[in-house]
Amino acid sequence: MKHSLSFSTIGEMTIMGQFLVKRFFQSLVLILIVSIITFFIMNLAPGGPSSMMRMDATAEERAAIAEQLGLNEPVIVRYKDWLLSALGGDLGTSLSSGQPVIERIMERFPYTFQLTAITLIISVVVGVILGVISAMNRNKWQDNLINFGSVVGLSVPSFWMAIMFILLFSVELQWLPSSGVGDSSLVDKAKSMAMPVIILATSTLPTIVRFTRSSMLEVINQNFIRTARSKGAREKTVVYFHALKNALIPVVSIIGVLIPRLLGGAVIVETVFGWPGMGRLIVEASQGRDYNLVMGVTVFVTVLVIVSNFIVDIIYSKLDPRVKAY
Amino acid sequence: MSNPAANNTDLNQVRVSANIKKSTAWTRLKKNKAAFSALIFLVLIHLLIFVGPFIWTVNPDATNPAGMLQGITASHPLGTDDLGRDVLARMMKGGQITLLVGFGAMFFTVLIGGLVGMLAGYYGKWVDIILMRFTEAMLSIPNFFLALVALTVFGKSPLMVVLVIAFTSWMEIARVVYGETLKWKESEFVEASEALGSSSVRTLYKHIFPQIIPSIIVSSTLGIAWAILTESAISYLGLGIQPPTATWGNMLQNAQQYIWTTPMLGVLPGVAIALVVLAYNFLGDGLRDALDPKHRGGK
Repeated sequence: MKHSLSFSTIGEMTIMGQFLVKRFFQSLVLILIVSIITFFIMNLAPGGPSSMMRMDATAEERAAIAEQLGLNEPVIVRYKDWLLSALGGDLGTSLSSGQPVIERIMERFPYTFQLTAITLIISVVVGVILGVISAMNRNKWQDNLINFGSVVGLSVPSFWMAIMFILLFSVELQWLPSSGVGDSSLVDKAKSMAMPVIILATSTLPTIVRFTRSSMLEVINQNFIRTARSKGAREKTVVYFHALKNALIPVVSIIGVLIPRLLGGAVIVETVFGWPGMGRLIVEASQGRDYNLVMGVTVFVTVLVIVSNFIVDIIYSKLDPRVKAY
Repeated sequence: MSNPAANNTDLNQVRVSANIKKSTAWTRLKKNKAAFSALIFLVLIHLLIFVGPFIWTVNPDATNPAGMLQGITASHPLGTDDLGRDVLARMMKGGQITLLVGFGAMFFTVLIGGLVGMLAGYYGKWVDIILMRFTEAMLSIPNFFLALVALTVFGKSPLMVVLVIAFTSWMEIARVVYGETLKWKESEFVEASEALGSSSVRTLYKHIFPQIIPSIIVSSTLGIAWAILTESAISYLGLGIQPPTATWGNMLQNAQQYIWTTPMLGVLPGVAIALVVLAYNFLGDGLRDALDPKHRGGK
């Protein structure tokens, strides 16, 4: 008995290990493809990346910059050079500030991380609660109201909602600051984060609500719930203990989809609210035609997405015993 | 069952049930209050936007330095903007561009997504691996970052905006179509078609594609909503279609400076975008329920 137990654990470990190793290599390939796509898009521009330089540069300056960036080399060679130094953690130098790209990204990363992590946590907590309420009151007014709210949240342009919020809460009521990150005090920080988080959450919350709702409805009709009910368990125990526990597993998987959406939404939210994160950095970099910075931020963000998806996969496979044979 | 007459009746029954399926989808859609009112609203708003300019013939680009930022007057029912242009005329003209960008982007989104999904699902093996890995890679790049890069590089013409939106949003449809193709590939009529010697292109087009149409209709409807939202967001960042060509998105961006003094300028395009997107989303959800009742109450 003891033997068979340890055998099965080892078996599970290797299957799990194989899954993770496979996923890890898939992630590496993904990162490679993304960097190729981005690099080649930028080099497909009429006139190549030199067309992204400042318009007021003289011909000599252009030639000098082109020489310095190695733009006279073929694209493939340039990509190889970029990739080799990127592997060593060097993403080049920002053309506008002269700082290393990775340094500029690291200055901004903590702000985007705060914003998106807090939004994600709040979205999951509130989204699951609303989803359960929706499922338990299927087709009643609560369900209809929550569904209506979700569609509205997904339909209103986020920057417009942000401007309307500023108009109401900053200008009219003067409750919340319209931009900035607030100073050291916690209350101040919370105040300046309130509006960006709410606006950013409108793009993720509805998805979690809908997903929780349908997952809950699916679970509630399964046999083990019927068994729990027929054994005389109280309705609340059935819903919150048996059903929710199982319904939450697929909800974990949707988080992987939400992370790129959050980072994309951060571009708009950070721009409206003057939040000094990576979203605003890419806008500044695009407008200033800072070629190295654009490339660096895009690849960095993608790596972030892929790494977090990898973590979500691990958590998911640990939670759902059926995924182990993946 | 071996009786040919019985087989014939079976076939007729199948045909009849296919007709019933179509009509019940329409009945179900009509019963869905939200989706049906969305449909009616959309018909009206498209009429207003595309036919309206023939009735309200004020030139949307005519500036008037003497009448800037006016409120509601008889000659300008929705007031004027910062250059004295008529807001009603601009709302209609801008609506045309916004909706056309939405349709155009949706068309290319469905085209790319549909082709990738069908080819990967049907041919499998290395075609599947290459196409679906590429899809996954594209899904990992937050679409806004990619759109910004592409628009910075390729410029901001309306066609470019359409293509960039399509290029950054086809992946969801590709996944849906891929899943459907995998499902139908195993069905008996596809096997029969292959056994009778149909070419793979013919099988895909004649037998698999028709099965996928309902999902494509739903995805397209939701895709228009997404494209309109994306266009407005790109315009807000100053990377969308450039003035003087009006779109709801760039009208909104322009209105920002006057939001404190003439809030109407910022409220109108925002409300218009929100309502149209809302209506397309409700219609898309309603169509999904109507075309696939099993999905009812699902995502």
